[in-house]
Amino acid sequence: MSVLVYTEINKGRVKKASLECINYAAKIAELTGSTVTAFVNNADAAQLEEIGKAGATKILSVKNDKFNADSMLVSAAVEQAAKAENAKVIVFAFDIVGKAVAPRLSAKLKAGLVAGAVDYPSVNGSSLEVKKNVFSGKATALYSINSEVKIISLLPNSFPVTAGDNKATVVDFSVDLSSVNSRIVVKEVKSNDANGTTPLPEAELVVSAGRGMKGPENWKIIEDLAGSLGATTACSRPVADMHWRPHHEHVGQTGVAIRPNLYIAVGISGAIQHLAGVNGSKTIVVINNDKEAPFFKSADYGVVGDAFTIVPKLTEAIKKFKANQN
Amino acid sequence: MKILVAISNVPDTTTKIQFTDGDTKFNAAGVTFVINPYDEWYALVRALELKEANLAEKVTLIHVGLADSEATIRKGLALGADDAVRIDAEGPDALFVADQIAAYAKANAYDLILVGKETINYNGSSVGAMISGVLDLPFISLANKLDLAGNKATVEQEVDGGTQIVECELPLVISCAKGMAEQRIPNMRGIMAARTKPLTVVASNGAAPLTSVKSFTLSAGRTAVKMISEDNMDELVQLLHTQAKVI
Ligand SMILES: Cc1cc2nc3c(=O)[nH]c(=O)nc-3n(C[C@H](O)[C@H](O)[C@H](O)COP(=O)(O)OP(=O)(O)OC[C@H]3O[C@@H](n4cnc5c(N)ncnc54)[C@H](O)[C@@H]3O)c2cc1C
Repeated sequence: MSVLVYTEINKGRVKKASLECINYAAKIAELTGSTVTAFVNNADAAQLEEIGKAGATKILSVKNDKFNADSMLVSAAVEQAAKAENAKVIVFAFDIVGKAVAPRLSAKLKAGLVAGAVDYPSVNGSSLEVKKNVFSGKATALYSINSEVKIISLLPNSFPVTAGDNKATVVDFSVDLSSVNSRIVVKEVKSNDANGTTPLPEAELVVSAGRGMKGPENWKIIEDLAGSLGATTACSRPVADMHWRPHHEHVGQTGVAIRPNLYIAVGISGAIQHLAGVNGSKTIVVINNDKEAPFFKSADYGVVGDAFTIVPKLTEAIKKFKANQN
Repeated sequence: MKILVAISNVPDTTTKIQFTDGDTKFNAAGVTFVINPYDEWYALVRALELKEANLAEKVTLIHVGLADSEATIRKGLALGADDAVRIDAEGPDALFVADQIAAYAKANAYDLILVGKETINYNGSSVGAMISGVLDLPFISLANKLDLAGNKATVEQEVDGGTQIVECELPLVISCAKGMAEQRIPNMRGIMAARTKPLTVVASNGAAPLTSVKSFTLSAGRTAVKMISEDNMDELVQLLHTQAKVI
């Protein structure tokens, strides 16, 4: 019996969200007296080692250049791995691939799914109980998964990643996708992250700005602040709608939901739909010239005043702090 | 070409959330319910646009829920859907809902099934992919553009670090995200017409759900904000380092 983890390689590295999943699976394995098997496609030796260090006992290493484009193929491949390993729990990240594949697999295996778990599960008889956020972060629900095979997808950035000195047994695993009627053809891929910063869903530090910035020409000070921290930039919805910033930076209920360690919100009012996407942030700093701005109610630290004078001062203070640390 | 659009009935975004029965049930008293924004603004409106462009003949709404969600379904009809189906069950979990929708879709041969990317109450992002699994159809997630040419759909979707354009022959399931269409407001004619449009009620297959909610907890608010003078950014940096430990 094993806990199977879908592990993904992204830009030459094991995706951070996948490492979180392996750590998480190791906890479940401890609780249920089972072992952790990672499923990974097209990983090299260093990546396999990293997966082992995160806590996988065994790695099913697949070499297949086709299946990543289509959730139908990924789902069929993981299904074969789950059956081969007699997996009773399957763990995915609640990210773009996990959102498309985990529910499909849940339907295929008649396996109950909790999508977007935020806590380690507990065992209750033959059920697993696990928490997830509901009502766009306004509450959590404790779910019980009652099927024989259980699937959990994990909200990225909900758990720290730790690495030990564990070494996994690597097994070459071949998947037979010949019976899958995949019809999706990729015509073009457009990349967002030309500037090389961490993609928003994975970012631990985020500097975000809203309509208070008055116009796209003023974003330099936001980029400077982000640069001083090594943070990723984000924005509120109207800013993306007015094309001041690209759409993939838009956070909130209709945009990306994020859970960074630090979220700095500049000139953002803190409307409920914005909060829905950022209220999982561990620490929130709000800079706003209106002391009544609703965002201050959801902030840990607040600064009242004009962003155009405060942001450069904060950037300087961070640079000074970093210089002293070195 | 027939399009099926799945709609969910959710508390309006600004609702103050409360629970009853020892925190085991959502308290719906006094709450305004609406069509889940992703289902309405993106999936439904795009389906209507495709029909208006003569690329689809019919747009059918489907909802798994009890009679009290009919106002939400009528709103979808007022926006322009041709007819609607309500599967008479309180959707206890996503797979149950997907199973019901898939069974109806299969029996009635839809070419395109559109859902919103997630509901704003359960935030599971699951139903579309589950429908595709039950029906063994291709699934395109997080689509922000959809065009049809004959039997072929061209879709732009979000992927890690960017977007991609894919093509797929119908039948197909798509989950719709921002960018797919612009919100519409129903007009008086639509509202009048919606009253007489067909709304079929179908019994559920009564399958047992595989997951259940045991209890709800309201998210703890943050402790009171600490205000820092704008002339003291060094203090803020120190607090972020020593107190919050985030830098
Ligand atoms: C269904 C629905 C979904 C939505 N989804 C989202 C979403 O995903 N994300 C999202 O962000 N919004 C979303 N919205 C919109 C949301 O309700 C707000 O309209 C939006 O978040 C406001 O953006 P803002 O704070 O940038 O702008 P504003 O509301 O205009 O606020 C600007 C703020 O900047 C401050 N300010 C102005 N000048 C300065 C200055 N010089 N220095 C410092 N501060 C200054 C002002 O005091 C104000 O607080 C959604 C709305 C709906 C109805």
